[in-house]
Amino acid sequence: MIVFEKPHALTDVPFHYCPGCTHGIVHRLVAETIDELGIEGKTIGIAPVGCSVMAYNYFNCDMIEASHGRAPAVATGVKRAMPDNVVFTYQGDGDLASIGLCETVSTACRGENITIIFINNAIYGMTGGQMAPTSLIGQVTQTSPYGRDPNLGQGYPIQICELLATLEAPYYLERVTVNNVKNVRNAKRAIKKAFQNQVDGKGFSLVEVLSSCPTNWGMTPDKALKWIDEAMIPQYPLGVYRDKDKEAE
Amino acid sequence: MTEKVLMKGNEAIAEAAILAGCRHYFGYPITPQTEVAAYMAKKMPKIGGTFLQAESEIAAINMVYGVASTGKPAMTSSSSPGISLKCEGISYLAGADLPALIVNVQRGGPGLGGIQPSQSDYFLATRGPGHGDFHVLVFAPASVQEMADLTGKALHLAWKYRMPAMLLADGTMGQMMEPVALPEPHEAFGTDNPWATTGTLMAREHNIVNSLELAPEVLEQKNLARFERYAQAEAEECLWEEYLMDDAEICIVSYGITARISRNAIVQARKEGIRVGMIRPITLWPFPNEPLKAAADKVDSFLVVELNMGQMKEDVELAIRCRKPVDFCGRVGGMIPTPDEVLDHIHALAEGRR
Repeated sequence: MIVFEKPHALTDVPFHYCPGCTHGIVHRLVAETIDELGIEGKTIGIAPVGCSVMAYNYFNCDMIEASHGRAPAVATGVKRAMPDNVVFTYQGDGDLASIGLCETVSTACRGENITIIFINNAIYGMTGGQMAPTSLIGQVTQTSPYGRDPNLGQGYPIQICELLATLEAPYYLERVTVNNVKNVRNAKRAIKKAFQNQVDGKGFSLVEVLSSCPTNWGMTPDKALKWIDEAMIPQYPLGVYRDKDKEAE
Repeated sequence: MTEKVLMKGNEAIAEAAILAGCRHYFGYPITPQTEVAAYMAKKMPKIGGTFLQAESEIAAINMVYGVASTGKPAMTSSSSPGISLKCEGISYLAGADLPALIVNVQRGGPGLGGIQPSQSDYFLATRGPGHGDFHVLVFAPASVQEMADLTGKALHLAWKYRMPAMLLADGTMGQMMEPVALPEPHEAFGTDNPWATTGTLMAREHNIVNSLELAPEVLEQKNLARFERYAQAEAEECLWEEYLMDDAEICIVSYGITARISRNAIVQARKEGIRVGMIRPITLWPFPNEPLKAAADKVDSFLVVELNMGQMKEDVELAIRCRKPVDFCGRVGGMIPTPDEVLDHIHALAEGRR
């Protein structure tokens, strides 16, 4: 009896992610969702620039590599051309919350019927650990070597779910994390809902996943998962920020 | 051919794109091309197409990238400052071997510049608008009729060669009204694209539209293969028009609105007995090197007329290997030379003063 196997929506290409990085978990949750909804054949994914730039090699559905931050605009084009297909973007915080913030907000504002999986690990990973718009106050990075300090003009962490919840159009916004089994199961529920919403034609859905970056945080994988609880969640509270299903009830 | 209708150049572009089979337009307001967007906004919803006013020029070109990834025809239009913003996206289109139509109704620059006509994006268009080694097909219409005809041609050749195409017009061409015979409606095209990301239907390996390649030896091969396609386009798709060149001693080289002005000057010069003709490039990339090389064997001198500081002049000198003197007559900043200004240059060349 098979009790556990690789989702069909994942290819056999080994992930390039660092040990302890949670991209792999989230990839798997997206792939399980695609399998369970039976949508692999009509799904078109859009990869970002950042650590998950090569996500196009890992998902078995058709994939597009976008330029830095522009995945929501690319997804808009794809969805307008192929309205019956399922279109998702998978983006990190530098991509979605910094260079691509305009596309993020505008796509949400239009209420495009797409799904966005947003990985927030509070740092630029691919380039070796620079300050992100999501970096925490006091967080030491290559480009905030004395700790992120608003008094030095480095600003405050940007809260994407809260920001997008000020807009009328988004259908579903939820922040989750994957730092323990319970949270992984909850993240799966949220991701599946975000895809199901699109299949049902409900509109813009975004799931923000608080993720770990042991390499660039300078922590062991175990310590990094704890740091999500201790430092990230207080800044980025988990929960539902918009669910029009609930509002309708 | 259908009967002629009176249209603005910008509207002719929009209608011709629809007739050519384009159903997806993304744009951002900028003078002097906004009529393209306005026309699309009216027309597209009524024919089941997409008009989307994007949040930025950058978003617009990336929406085009998204549609192009699915193999369907898509376009955007803008004017010079907006085209600068689109350059990143055009480079990605080229790198991912995606077809698309980009319309540039040029205005004076650099920077915010002005809103009057210009041809100062010649370098930008013909040298590959964006980072990396690539070309786009570049078409330079000189009438509202050509705005319509070349829009359809650019769309189809972009798909034939899987590369972006740019319609390089200027503010005059965009704003002027002329009678135009619209092309016959074209069947939808771009339906058979084995490379497109339209969903696997669980019937094939997944397609990936991508410009990233970390292995230098592979990336080099991709560039070389792309340039083989470019060589084919250069061999087969170059367009130009010759005017009174049989006995010409002076050859004007000009495109777009300045070719129209030059033509008036030529008519006057011919009345005065000066043997002057014109080679008018219709494609700026590929550039008509061969006819210019042939002309260099016959004429005494060349005169390049354009709305910039002499950008195409360099290509003419390269084409003729500097075998004959090349004079230049240009105005910039939105100023346009009169036929008399061009005629003065012709006189000077004819009298050996230059």
